[in-house]
Amino acid sequence: MQVSITVNGEQRTDEVEPRLLLAHYLREVRGLRATNIGCDSTSCGACTVIVDGLSVKSCTVLAAQADGSQVTTLEGLAGPDGELHPVQAAFRAEHGLQCGFCTPGMVMAAIGVLADNPDPTDREVREGLEGNLCRCTGYHNIVRAVLTAAQAGPAAGQVPQAQEVEA
Amino acid sequence: MIPTAFDYVKAHSVDEALAALAEHGEDAKLLGGGHSLLPIMKLRLAIPTVLIDIAAIPELSYIRVEGDEVTIGSATRLYQLERDEVVRTEVPLLSHVAGRVGDPQVRHRATLGGTIAHSDPASDVPTGLLALGGTVVVQGPGGRRDIPVTACWTGFFETDIAADEMVVEVRVPRTGSAGWGYEKFTRRENDWAIVAAAAVDGRVALANMAGTVVRAAATEEALARGASIAEAAALADQGTSPSSDMHADADYRRHLARLLTRRALETAAASS
Repeated sequence: MQVSITVNGEQRTDEVEPRLLLAHYLREVRGLRATNIGCDSTSCGACTVIVDGLSVKSCTVLAAQADGSQVTTLEGLAGPDGELHPVQAAFRAEHGLQCGFCTPGMVMAAIGVLADNPDPTDREVREGLEGNLCRCTGYHNIVRAVLTAAQAGPAAGQVPQAQEVEA
Repeated sequence: MIPTAFDYVKAHSVDEALAALAEHGEDAKLLGGGHSLLPIMKLRLAIPTVLIDIAAIPELSYIRVEGDEVTIGSATRLYQLERDEVVRTEVPLLSHVAGRVGDPQVRHRATLGGTIAHSDPASDVPTGLLALGGTVVVQGPGGRRDIPVTACWTGFFETDIAADEMVVEVRVPRTGSAGWGYEKFTRRENDWAIVAAAAVDGRVALANMAGTVVRAAATEEALARGASIAEAAALADQGTSPSSDMHADADYRRHLARLLTRRALETAAASS
């Protein structure tokens, strides 16, 4: 079947099998490898991307279900001049990563958290990231990074493409 | 993990979905958010040859107040139930249980109809609905049919919904400011319930204490007789048949059912 999906602002039409998962579509068809596949069972959140303004786990979404959608991956966050998205900058400033495997999913999920709640408490950040696991257990710095990103204002809860993250 | 191959049909209306169901019969599965179906397909525990995607049918996504009830389209996503001001005000227990499912990413995809049709006995939303009462509306070739929530879930992953029918709507009584409680015991925040108890208006429903979500009938009868919360909650596991697994054995589940029922009833009493 054909799917037409806009990823990081670039629309393309591809011939795919109906059973192709969005995570595999992004990595293998579009060549965007920032999106990691960790547990492959909707638990760890490493594959989190933004679809039509909502954070989702792309290992549990078919490319077919995303037909006609706007998708943002980690690669779509930085500006054309390489300027980091506020959440990326905060993860760097607060050292919100150890091995880095969970980081792309954490960053995308964090944007979703801040879109929903621009000024969260420590607890609200932890609850908002309940679907993302860090096997290094580096949660303290991750939470600190999200709280720091919130100080950047509304841009921390938005993606650069022509869409607004609403949750 | 990759599911076995299947054909994908996107339905744009209930009529289209029902026509596809009639054409493909038992080989077809309806796809809502896919957050129960796709995982079991990846494990090859389900191998449908046709998926009929009903999540984007516009006529199935709405939340309305109608008389004494709130009516909700089956394609409504759980995060919408969680946040919708009408649901939060008129049926706060339903908003709460929707918000206890999985994590934000899961709730962004999962649908009300999907969680009902999947009939997992550990599921939050069916537990809340069973305590609230109300009606699941299904539609098939013969038209629409009402299923009381008390008759909807018939067994482990089994429902009263026929193979050629689909869930189109849920009607829930408005409980407004009536007190309610929901207690869910899990190992990790985003897990399925090991046991959960929902209480509202003198009714109590339990998750994971049998092959389906069940009402704590002995507790409800005791409350109706005027028993204290402690006395009534001590009967919560009567008539249930919990299983044993790596998370809890049956006796521990019975203990949890009694304890969580007491807490849910106390919360309900304190908030009414």
